Amino acid sequence: MSTRIFGSGIKRREDPRLITGEARYTDDIKLPGVLHMAVVRSPYAHANIVSIDSSAAEAMDGVVAVFTGEDVDLAGIPTAWLIPDSDLKTPEHPALAKGKVRYVGDGVAIVLADDRYTAQDAADAVDVEYDELPVVVDPEAAAQEGAPQLFDDVENNIAFRWVMGDKTASDGVFNTADVVVRDKIIQQRLLPTAMEPRSAMAQYNPATQELTLWCTSQNPHIHRFIISAVTGLNENKVRVIAPEVGGGFGSKIPCYPDEALVSWAAIKLGQPVKWTETRSENYQITIHGRDHIQYVEMAASRDGKLLGVRATVYAGMGGYLSTAAPGIPTILHGLLYVGPYMMDSVYCESIGVMTNATPTDAYRGAGRPEATFLLERMVDMVAKRIDMDPAELRRLNLIPAFEDGHEVATTLVYDSGDYPAAFEKALGIAGYDDFRREQAEARADGRYLGIGITAYTEMCGLGPSQVAGAVGFQGGLWESATVRVTPTGKVQALIGASPHGQGSETTLAQIIGDELGFPVEDIEVIHGDTTETPMGWGTYGSRTTPVTGAALAKAAQKLKDKARVLAAHLMEAAVEDIEYDDGKFVVKGSPDNFQSIQDVALMAHLAWNMPEGMDPGFEESQFYDPPNFVYPFGTHIAIVEVDANTGDIELQRYIAVDDCGPQINPEIVAGQIHGGVVQGIAQALCEGVIYDDNGQLLTGTMMDYTMPRADMFPNFELGETVTPSPHHPIGVKGVGETGTIASTPTVYNAVLDALSPFGVEGIDMPMTSAKVWQAIQSAGS
Amino acid sequence: MQISLTVNGVVQERDVDPRTLLVHFLREELDLTGTKIGCDTSQCGACTVHLDGKALKSCTLLAAQADGANVTTIEGLAVDGEHHPMQTAFWENHGLQCGYCTPGMIMATTAFVEDNPGASEEAIRHNLEGNICRCTGYHNIVKAVKQVADAAAGGD
Repeated sequence: MSTRIFGSGIKRREDPRLITGEARYTDDIKLPGVLHMAVVRSPYAHANIVSIDSSAAEAMDGVVAVFTGEDVDLAGIPTAWLIPDSDLKTPEHPALAKGKVRYVGDGVAIVLADDRYTAQDAADAVDVEYDELPVVVDPEAAAQEGAPQLFDDVENNIAFRWVMGDKTASDGVFNTADVVVRDKIIQQRLLPTAMEPRSAMAQYNPATQELTLWCTSQNPHIHRFIISAVTGLNENKVRVIAPEVGGGFGSKIPCYPDEALVSWAAIKLGQPVKWTETRSENYQITIHGRDHIQYVEMAASRDGKLLGVRATVYAGMGGYLSTAAPGIPTILHGLLYVGPYMMDSVYCESIGVMTNATPTDAYRGAGRPEATFLLERMVDMVAKRIDMDPAELRRLNLIPAFEDGHEVATTLVYDSGDYPAAFEKALGIAGYDDFRREQAEARADGRYLGIGITAYTEMCGLGPSQVAGAVGFQGGLWESATVRVTPTGKVQALIGASPHGQGSETTLAQIIGDELGFPVEDIEVIHGDTTETPMGWGTYGSRTTPVTGAALAKAAQKLKDKARVLAAHLMEAAVEDIEYDDGKFVVKGSPDNFQSIQDVALMAHLAWNMPEGMDPGFEESQFYDPPNFVYPFGTHIAIVEVDANTGDIELQRYIAVDDCGPQINPEIVAGQIHGGVVQGIAQALCEGVIYDDNGQLLTGTMMDYTMPRADMFPNFELGETVTPSPHHPIGVKGVGETGTIASTPTVYNAVLDALSPFGVEGIDMPMTSAKVWQAIQSAGS
Repeated sequence: MQISLTVNGVVQERDVDPRTLLVHFLREELDLTGTKIGCDTSQCGACTVHLDGKALKSCTLLAAQADGANVTTIEGLAVDGEHHPMQTAFWENHGLQCGYCTPGMIMATTAFVEDNPGASEEAIRHNLEGNICRCTGYHNIVKAVKQVADAAAGGD
């Protein structure tokens, strides 16, 4: 038997171009005659525009044009997730502000110049007079009567109010429970910080009326129809290319004003136009994540049965509603309130609030980290209240193993899970019981060790599209793929999704190689160009492996079926007598009598000798609409030591046991977990956006916003369990966000566990050493 | 102003605006776009190149300051088409995902390992402080650098 390429941690197919500097990201692409665009941005968080004087800028050498909001005749930037039954308001989002600015960084004018230095100088020379207005950045404050109003048509700044669950039933559970714990949780704003800043370049051909837009996109097909909608060009005249893309984490899902503006300017001026944001600009205008103020309660029985959870969430939307923003603190959040636990009562009221801050949208995990955090925080609080070990409390409440569907109180039907297996495995790696002894000894010596545990499940690979429609997502959630085999037996796999660092060119090639026996070196996965690739909804929500992977696996299976029939015909054998073995179609009992997949591909192209009714060619396409979400799960454990004298937190060990079904490439899976875990830990320990009361972004550069560095972390200890998804053609689940979802509460709870001798009840994230030290002092024991 | 410098073994003479940053000179003037820009404040290290053998952030330097210098960028690191051992180690250890920080990471760590063969994991993590990666959680980058550092010590 041959070794399966599925399950092998082979080196990535992407890497040769990346380690040599030969990869081309958007800003690396040059066009002759390109103009550079710089955007004049508001320095105020809320103000009326009194006047704009661009004469000095226009007089500068090398400046071609300056345009303001009055000049630009683009349709408003749309919101594409319209939550039903939420009284949703979608205030207009013009590409350039008209009359009023609503956050620091809101675009006011654009300058087009021969080079980027001149464009920036000229942008600085545009003189804008503002009349300042009162500012509100706190989403709870913004929702109160009398708060500064961002839009005339959004009363009390409330863009939507979404309710999940039965309030009366929930009240009943909470009114009669033995134990109710509660906390106000602040999910601070985070900066996604893909290392590649956003960039866009547009070229328009007036003769053919075709626009080509190169941009940093996670979903070029979505960008195509939004650009088509805002410019008025026919969709088939718009080509969007996402070349190499340097990370996204959700921040490259939305269509921003900037992509629309380069497109408009290229059409208007008849010259290519390029814009690349600086990091400071990125921090001001590219979406932020999280920004919840949550009032959370959990009900439990005295003997440790979790009975219910309920929360009121104020979710900051920023100055405009970004592309998918309303879906994040609602559908992607509340539906996860049961987590991995047997808990029958859930209730959530989520209020989306316009604020004078950068718009928020999906950031790695998107709604699910905020849900998992509140659950795990509450579970630890219950454990403390009833004086039960937090591991034991979780063990008592985990849903037992199931293989094919388990409906929970949020109405979701989890696909498969064995939460206790992952949980016990993680505790075993951590040496939980030994640790508790070590912790007690250390405390006696004045050292403060803590352990935090998160048991989680999450939902990803969203679908089917019928559900997307029912929850107001203005798109489908299927993917499509074409497997095209050339006459010489080389494969081009064209996908509509658009990976940007996930290693999908490798994992998807492994799926095809495994199915058809082509060597992985002979398989090219092509993505990111709306003209070259079939329609797809993009790479986000941990969906490319489960959804695109399924489309590819099914397309490959169709090719295999065709190959079997053709091979049988060529060898004059019965189809039932053909066996497939590692790229060969062999006549049963006659191992020397075979046709290789490459032989078959050639004969299918030549079509000299086809079976009756078989069409020539060797190519299959497949649309795949998932029948349900997939639900990866696992348990993470952190061990920390807190220095009580300084408040410093040392992360000593981090254990992650995750189950994403069968792993196509375990090295790539591990990489996704490592990266996600660091992003989540950084939320707990160091990252956080700070605005002052005037809406000025104080964490506006990497000097002020604390990105996680290598020396904050130990080597991670990973383990896995393997529970296939029953509804998926190859059983796989997504793994792009599990690390971020699980790690924030894990480390948070570990720090609070370490501080328990001091009676510290809670610390707002990020738990910086100053805050930890302060908490120890205030607790005063 | 007129400057002359050697970049990846080739002498380059150019007339540049005095305020041109070295990173823009490399990317725009010489089309060496492997060197990346990830921040405005010399934090992220994506623009790291070698200047007279030292790893430096090319966003912090004017092109004029590199006049007369010998500059190596990621494009010049491989010799006769053979990857530098650090490039190989990043590939073998899955030390990259989106690849954007990778040229800077590789340039910074090659210089570090040259000065610190056999460096400990702790020293490697500390040295990576000037290079930010958002994808990998650093785990496999550290592994890659350790592999090269160990090999460098073994070769002494």
